[in-house]
Amino acid sequence: MSITALPTLTTKELTSDQEVRWCPGCGDYSILAQMRKALTTCGIPKENLVFVSGIGCSSRFPYYMNTYGFHTIHGRAPTFATGIRLARPDLQVWMITGDGDGLSIGGNHLIHALRRNIDIKILLFNNEIYGLTKGQYSPTSRQGTKTKSSPQGSIDNPLRPLTLALAAEASFVARTIDVDVTHLTSILQKAAAHKGSAFIEIYQNCKIFNDGIFDYVTDRTLKSDNALYLEHGKPMIFGKDRKKGIRLKGLEPEVVTIDKDCSENDLLVHDEKAPSATLAYLLSRFANPKFPECVGVYRNVERPTYEEGLENQIQAQLAAKGKGDLEKLFKNDDLWVVE
Amino acid sequence: MSIAEVNEKGTIPPETAGPKVKNREPIEEVESITIRFAGDSGDGMQLAGTQFTNVSAILGNDIATFPDFPAEIRAPAGTLAGVSGFQVHFSSTDIHTPGDRLNALVAMNPAALKTNIKDLNKDGILIVNVDSFGTSDLFKANYKTSPLEDDSLKGYRIVRVPINKLTREAVTECKLTPREADRCKNFFALGLVYWMFERPMEPTIKWIKEKFAKNAQYVEANVRTLKAGYNYGETVEIMPVQYRVAKAKISPGTYRKITGNEALALGLVAISQTMNKTLVFSGYPITPASPILEQLSDMKRFGIKTLQAEDEIAAVGVAIGASFAGALGVTATSGPGICLKSEAIGLAVMTELPLVVIDVQRGGPSTGLPTKTEQADLLQAMFGRNGECPAAIVAPQSPADCFDMAFEAARIATEFMLPVFVLSDGYIANGAEPWRIPKIENLPKIKITHATQPNSNNGATHENGAGEPGKYLPYLRNEKLVRPWAIPGTPGLEHRIGGIEKQDGTGNVNYDPLNHEHMVKTRAQKVANIADTIPPLAVSGPDKGELLVIGWGGTYGSILTAVQRAQRKGLSVATTHLRYLNPMPKNTEAVLKNYKKVLVPELNSGQLCWLLRAKFLVDAIGLNKIQGRPFLVSEIEAEIERLLLNK
Repeated sequence: MSITALPTLTTKELTSDQEVRWCPGCGDYSILAQMRKALTTCGIPKENLVFVSGIGCSSRFPYYMNTYGFHTIHGRAPTFATGIRLARPDLQVWMITGDGDGLSIGGNHLIHALRRNIDIKILLFNNEIYGLTKGQYSPTSRQGTKTKSSPQGSIDNPLRPLTLALAAEASFVARTIDVDVTHLTSILQKAAAHKGSAFIEIYQNCKIFNDGIFDYVTDRTLKSDNALYLEHGKPMIFGKDRKKGIRLKGLEPEVVTIDKDCSENDLLVHDEKAPSATLAYLLSRFANPKFPECVGVYRNVERPTYEEGLENQIQAQLAAKGKGDLEKLFKNDDLWVVE
Repeated sequence: MSIAEVNEKGTIPPETAGPKVKNREPIEEVESITIRFAGDSGDGMQLAGTQFTNVSAILGNDIATFPDFPAEIRAPAGTLAGVSGFQVHFSSTDIHTPGDRLNALVAMNPAALKTNIKDLNKDGILIVNVDSFGTSDLFKANYKTSPLEDDSLKGYRIVRVPINKLTREAVTECKLTPREADRCKNFFALGLVYWMFERPMEPTIKWIKEKFAKNAQYVEANVRTLKAGYNYGETVEIMPVQYRVAKAKISPGTYRKITGNEALALGLVAISQTMNKTLVFSGYPITPASPILEQLSDMKRFGIKTLQAEDEIAAVGVAIGASFAGALGVTATSGPGICLKSEAIGLAVMTELPLVVIDVQRGGPSTGLPTKTEQADLLQAMFGRNGECPAAIVAPQSPADCFDMAFEAARIATEFMLPVFVLSDGYIANGAEPWRIPKIENLPKIKITHATQPNSNNGATHENGAGEPGKYLPYLRNEKLVRPWAIPGTPGLEHRIGGIEKQDGTGNVNYDPLNHEHMVKTRAQKVANIADTIPPLAVSGPDKGELLVIGWGGTYGSILTAVQRAQRKGLSVATTHLRYLNPMPKNTEAVLKNYKKVLVPELNSGQLCWLLRAKFLVDAIGLNKIQGRPFLVSEIEAEIERLLLNK
């Protein structure tokens, strides 16, 4: 067998001729740049890449990628992406959505794409605000968020995207941050390599309507105490001096200080491959300031994709009954002949 | 069976009483018969009607059927709401409707009698199961006294049969529980009418053997019951007469019976096969369209991929996504589903992708009448989207025509790159007629070409980006104004499309005022251009004259039959039928203007009538029925006579 080198691409080849029109300083620029970078070495020719999006600031993303792209309608991107994968399992499909598009108007489709484990890489840009409609609170806005549509503060309890994805049985669940470019790139590459639905929440700063909302995990002086970078097989340690960790007390997690009474061996060890989603679920509930917010791969397991299931049924039917014969199909009923 | 016991039940009219085995009843030749099987929704009436239809078709009659069942799966037994009916019209001549009035009615209980008796001819045959006319049965059907014991059924030729009792006797050796035994009773009724109308039992016996292949006991019980019913007719002198309906003169060929939903499903499979293209069908369960999803789900060997979506929006999204990727995307639903799909259909209009949307119309608005028919989604299909958002619309005129119009929808969608509605309805979806099975080699060939090369210097006609070498311009149109269809996986043709207004040619996002106006007009003109590829309207009757009756969709059979009857009475009336609603055939206006009056019968408040008046300034008159039921021929005939004879 001859060895064929996987195709490599340059970021320039992946850049379309359209001018990028996000606000200056928007987190989306970084995500776009890391996406292009991640794809240079994924080995997928650019004609086999499809970017599908819904509506919102982030959903303009496909226009800036020199691949096939489909900017669809609000909330429904998972459905179009599903159709593309059904028709063409040879294509790699990325879906770009936001907290409003993916979790509010399109929540239903997101859940069902994940439970089917259809092979779509879903990037949810979470900026906790509606940006394109100029600043209303979103389903991930923290309770009490004051916006134009919640002048006295939002009343509703926010959704946690990762908790939802896990409940929907997603096989790959991760979180990363727009400005942490190295981490972002590596997560995108891991998602690209995953077989089945991949769900990535990206903390993304909206410079105009919700600036600084994620400073506690991005600011150099704050982040080490507020962000826990997950590593498979490693104990959960964080903090400026890496002296803090997560320990389980009964069924509840707690933040502990590593000292003579509590060693690294007492800490929870991350296992992204765990057959059960329990640990990932537990981590998905961590919220600042009581707990560090976990960044990295929460869950990365293999289970059959929808496309595989469908293809298996097709092959089984062909094996059992042979290729469909139209004439036989037409005549598969009581017949009568008129001379 | 014990004839003595039949006597005791008083089922035999006194004047003919007495156990008596006789030769044969007088046989009366008739042109056509309409019979309805009516009973509780658990009584197996749909099955009995279907079997009767199959046998009649095999015998060579022309057939048309009308199943009518409640929206509730199992409404309380014996109640008026739970009545399920199946009407069969079989004939020695060409017929187009399931019949207006009944020659015979089988009523399995009082509720079935009450809800159906009004449709029985005054001298019609009424077969009643007297075993289900007890006090509580009568109470459930709101009868104060038994209609079998007063004069309310005077004039009908009543055949009183203790069907439960006779059925149980027929199956005594089969060791069934009483409940199981009772479930055979539809076969008793069926056997009886088989005898009455000279139908052979063999096809049904064969069917029973296949259906219950795993349970010899059930085969035995059902076959015995069927034969018992037949023999009862032959043996007992309570049946008024036997009828004979001769074979119809039908074009030569091999036939089967087909419903509209079956024809759509088979049409889609045939399209996929002849185009050699994957067909992706996504639907969400909804009455009366679900059978299309169900049937296609079992067509994996034919290159059909299906997905039962999480909702109506997802179903159309999956179909559009599949078309973007190069398959043919199809979805099917009913009116409420179209409401939900509207925004996505707009996206398919904007992105100019092929899409077939089947709307099996039902009574609306809102949930409306899920199991009843209506033609009230025409204007929704025409206009029910934001912005000016034209889609093509076709409407099959009969169950078998659904097959042909499925092909037309796929052809138009792919030839013109746009969504096409197929407006079927509950009446033709569930109704059946004979279908002459087409030869595979005669099926239409739909040619599809995908762009493989950059097109920017191919006879560029548009300033936007044209002439610049080596680029792919997704909106660079051909002479029909159709854009090319380049599919993912094609190197060098990577492009982005979406719902934001496009610059013509490049397809880039564009908010320029003049470009927008140009694009709105272009999308409309592209739909108008379809008219160059569809057949002109054909008129049945005089080319010019007093009255034209014009309809669309499932009303075809009733309108044609009414017009033919009026023509036989010497009236100057013609008819034509629109199978293409958007665009309409090019000669539509000319045809309309050849007649002094134009009558538009519709199962809505006048939607086509409104369109014709708006488009052609004709003084069209509506005949509108909004009762969830198809037209009776007599209703249209009466209106024709009223208009022409001033009746």
